[in-house]
Amino acid sequence: MIATLATVAGIGLILAGVAFALIGSIGVLRLPDFYTRMHAASKLDTMSLGLCMTGLAILQGPDLNAVKLILIFLFASIANPAAANALGRSAIRAGLEPWSVARQKKGKRS
Amino acid sequence: MNVAIFLVSLVLVVALLLPFYRLVIGPTVFDRMMGVGVIGTKTVVLVCLVGFAYGRIDMFIDIAISYAMLNYIGTVVVAKYLDHPGARER
Repeated sequence: MIATLATVAGIGLILAGVAFALIGSIGVLRLPDFYTRMHAASKLDTMSLGLCMTGLAILQGPDLNAVKLILIFLFASIANPAAANALGRSAIRAGLEPWSVARQKKGKRS
Repeated sequence: MNVAIFLVSLVLVVALLLPFYRLVIGPTVFDRMMGVGVIGTKTVVLVCLVGFAYGRIDMFIDIAISYAMLNYIGTVVVAKYLDHPGARER
């Protein structure tokens, strides 16, 4: 009973994480600007990795590998937003202007 | 259960191939770096899923940890390298 419940919970968490990854990839393709694409990429990727790692840790059961999976999740939840912040700040300093409706009507690509 | 993990990995491979568009013809160099980061994060998840499906997660998880750290360090280094006015024209 407990094993079946853990399997169902783990598979459900992994499915939710892969759904987040797919939505994030579609956002990376479809959004109009570097900053909006970065918004989609960093947050949805961190969420997807967290859900998948938690699901795998539940499927794995309590041992060292589950601890390592949770450690990957903790590391990524710190490192992924930090990398996104560094890249966005360097884009601002390099002079990349954000998207707006007025700029799009003037025909400028951002 | 392994078949379910393999099917989920197939969907994740589709989600991993979509940002290659952004990596190849991204308008700026920042878009390319963002594509590299997205592909790296999804690869970490894919390595863990494949390792679990083959029953050797104790070996694959160390590869996943080192790949995650390498991805983070590479993105931060390139972001610091491009941190000056005029980097957009590259």
